[in-house]
Amino acid sequence: MTGPLQGVRVVELASFWGAWAGRLLADLGADVLVVEPPGGHSTRSFGPFAGDDPHPDRSLWWWYYNTSKRSVVLDLDDPLDADHFRRLVGGAGVVLEAERPGRLAALHLDHPDLRAEQPELVWTSVTTHGRASPRSSGPWTDLTMAAASGLAWLNGYDDHSLPPMRGRGNQTLQITGTHAALATLVALLHRDATGSGQHVDVSAFAACNVTTESGTFAWLVAGETVQRQTGRHASVNPTMDVQVRAADGRYVTTGFLPQDAKDFQALLDWLDELDLRATCPEVVFLQIGVERGGIDVVKERDDPEVIAIFGAARAALVHIAENVAALTFFEGAQHRDLQCGIIFSPDEAYENSHFSARGFQSTIRHDELGRDVRYPGAPFKMSASPWAIRRRPPLVGEHTGEALALGFEAAARSDEQPPPTQGR
Amino acid sequence: MSQATALGHVTICDLSGQLAGAGATRYLAAFGARVIRVEDPVRQGRWDILRGSMPHVDERRGIELGGAFNNHNVEKLGVTINLRLEAGRDLLRRLVAVSDVVTENFASGVMEKLGFSYGELRSIKSDVIYVSNSGFGHAGPYSRFKTFGPVVQAVCGLTFGVGAAGAPPAGWGFSYMDHMGADLMALAVLSALVHRNRTGEGQWVDMSCTEAGLGLTGPDLLDYTVNGRPLRRPGMPDSNHSDHPVMVPHGIYPTEEPDRWVAIACRDDQDWAAFAEACDQHWAREARFAATAGRADHEAQLDRLVSGWTSSLRREVVASRLERAGVPVSAVTMSEDRIEHDPDNDDWGLFPTVEHPEIGGVRVDGIPAHLSETDWSIKRGAPLLGQHNREVFAGLLGMSDEELSALQADGVL
Repeated sequence: MTGPLQGVRVVELASFWGAWAGRLLADLGADVLVVEPPGGHSTRSFGPFAGDDPHPDRSLWWWYYNTSKRSVVLDLDDPLDADHFRRLVGGAGVVLEAERPGRLAALHLDHPDLRAEQPELVWTSVTTHGRASPRSSGPWTDLTMAAASGLAWLNGYDDHSLPPMRGRGNQTLQITGTHAALATLVALLHRDATGSGQHVDVSAFAACNVTTESGTFAWLVAGETVQRQTGRHASVNPTMDVQVRAADGRYVTTGFLPQDAKDFQALLDWLDELDLRATCPEVVFLQIGVERGGIDVVKERDDPEVIAIFGAARAALVHIAENVAALTFFEGAQHRDLQCGIIFSPDEAYENSHFSARGFQSTIRHDELGRDVRYPGAPFKMSASPWAIRRRPPLVGEHTGEALALGFEAAARSDEQPPPTQGR
Repeated sequence: MSQATALGHVTICDLSGQLAGAGATRYLAAFGARVIRVEDPVRQGRWDILRGSMPHVDERRGIELGGAFNNHNVEKLGVTINLRLEAGRDLLRRLVAVSDVVTENFASGVMEKLGFSYGELRSIKSDVIYVSNSGFGHAGPYSRFKTFGPVVQAVCGLTFGVGAAGAPPAGWGFSYMDHMGADLMALAVLSALVHRNRTGEGQWVDMSCTEAGLGLTGPDLLDYTVNGRPLRRPGMPDSNHSDHPVMVPHGIYPTEEPDRWVAIACRDDQDWAAFAEACDQHWAREARFAATAGRADHEAQLDRLVSGWTSSLRREVVASRLERAGVPVSAVTMSEDRIEHDPDNDDWGLFPTVEHPEIGGVRVDGIPAHLSETDWSIKRGAPLLGQHNREVFAGLLGMSDEELSALQADGVL
């Protein structure tokens, strides 16, 4: 079975801010030709590297953001290559680029130049602040974007002498790329219905600004500013700590605290199973919670007994967590219908039996290295047109010859290769 | 609608809620999709914990006045159906029959119990697109486990990746995966629509929000699968520093005012030279700091020196000096800074005002893409409970006044 975007042809100019969008489209089945400058795109110099060998074809950063694409090397400043670029665009339905505003116009390769001949073309421009903003010509990184857009303000510790925190994983470019892919598909659906293409202007700054939950709506609605806290939502008023170091040193989160009688009973039974009831503080209030038939901590917040019961449930979860391994706590709580979590490192989640049972591990052959490589799998499982990594990330200019000779036609031939294996 | 819309031909029967589900259909509604949000009249829609909850524009409280609910449900139609009753399930079947897409983010198993598994949905409409977004998906050992944003983020590895070196996880101070879950869910709907329009074939998209989150952990995951280097190792997660690519200095530094911060990233030696010039401190010219490798070797010391300099200035001053020098820099903005005082957000129209029948005029999140021919539009606030029962059941399904009255009397609506 082929992906949902089978037959969609995309010319992508290799970039930092647009790479994730291209990958999303490629893994969903689009034929994405990523155009790199001679020597390969600068993100190929980003580590980590396979075997710690800083070779442009071994950048794991490049691998992560460029699965399923083909690579064509073109020097857009060279008129001959600029013609090749025009020809490739002529066979494409979508252009995806994240060039600084003005660069393509100076080369007469911008969307007004090319869409004039090709009104059905969808042209997606990704910039840091929108095509019209002078700030899109400035230097921006994942960190400064997280700081500027409000993301960083929300993360950190109760101790405010410690700085706000960025998250790992290049999240600002993934937020941006996801929005670029979304808007491109909206334009594609319109094109499929009417035959008309259009220009799509995507702003990283705008995308991150609207990915801040109460960091934005608390201000918009109530003029309030939330403050960061360790391991839980930033909040206008401080809330109770939810993060606990389990007996094996790993952390868990107590999640939503229970309020139903059946949950209080489950906690009592769990304490008994572990022989921890005697050492659990305020356990008598759990029993009262059962006898009351549960509590509603919002409606009954003025009742001291309700607050004591709520606190006892939290104390019981903390007590259990401190006495068992993190995974035991997480699975034990969830089997008892309590919404708790474990703080896995990414590699632990990847090896966890649930994720592997669902086939999340995607094994792709890297012939050039003589080995298989395990990649992360689908963001969602489509029953009729599945997501798949259709080819390993391309070597620098690996497909230049076939693309310049055949345009997009070469894809059909390449698709005859046996599909990569999914799962283990 | 006067303006051309990209998704005006798409009807979505939307059983989703919170942010992880409602955020997906909100995006589609902004581009003109007819999103019919189905809520439970018995519990007054409170399955969605955001209905009625904070923030509020004033002292008034009630299920129609929740600020987050309004934000996440703009441009949708609202109907009520009591799915405990056979007549209610019949009504939902009629709605499914005229819908292109069915969306929901219940815990897995809920739709089957209600009698609306994919098989059953398909028997109602053969090319239906059904997109479910649950914490762990509909198959696998954890499929019945329940989640909300913070639990999703914790289990998928994203929480682990936020924090200082060797410190407990700081985690995400908001439901990041509700946003990204919603966005990827919208991507699933759009992809499935492209496929259906070309092949005539519908499908079931089983989205597991934790799986989607694990796929966002970035190149760190490949460092593990390829190099055997797990992120759980001494000195991690150290997320304000940059190991890939190596940038030093790279961090969030204090300024003259308490709890006001500035982010600085020197991408290379050229940025560092520009930094040294702009800050004009003797230590910045020391030879041991001239190259990235040297700065990386003395990263902790350099952070202290940079902090000493930034601590003597206001964040705006640090930002404007380094910006002029061409060094990547930004004040760590608070909500007010970027929402009220940012020219780009103003020019973009990023926070449009909607009219809500009870809340009144209030600003909400906009969409971070502008389309030249079929742009988004967000004008209408979230629906009141059952506000569009007549419009949908009479207008779309062609039911008579008598039928509607009977359903009302029987407690179906």
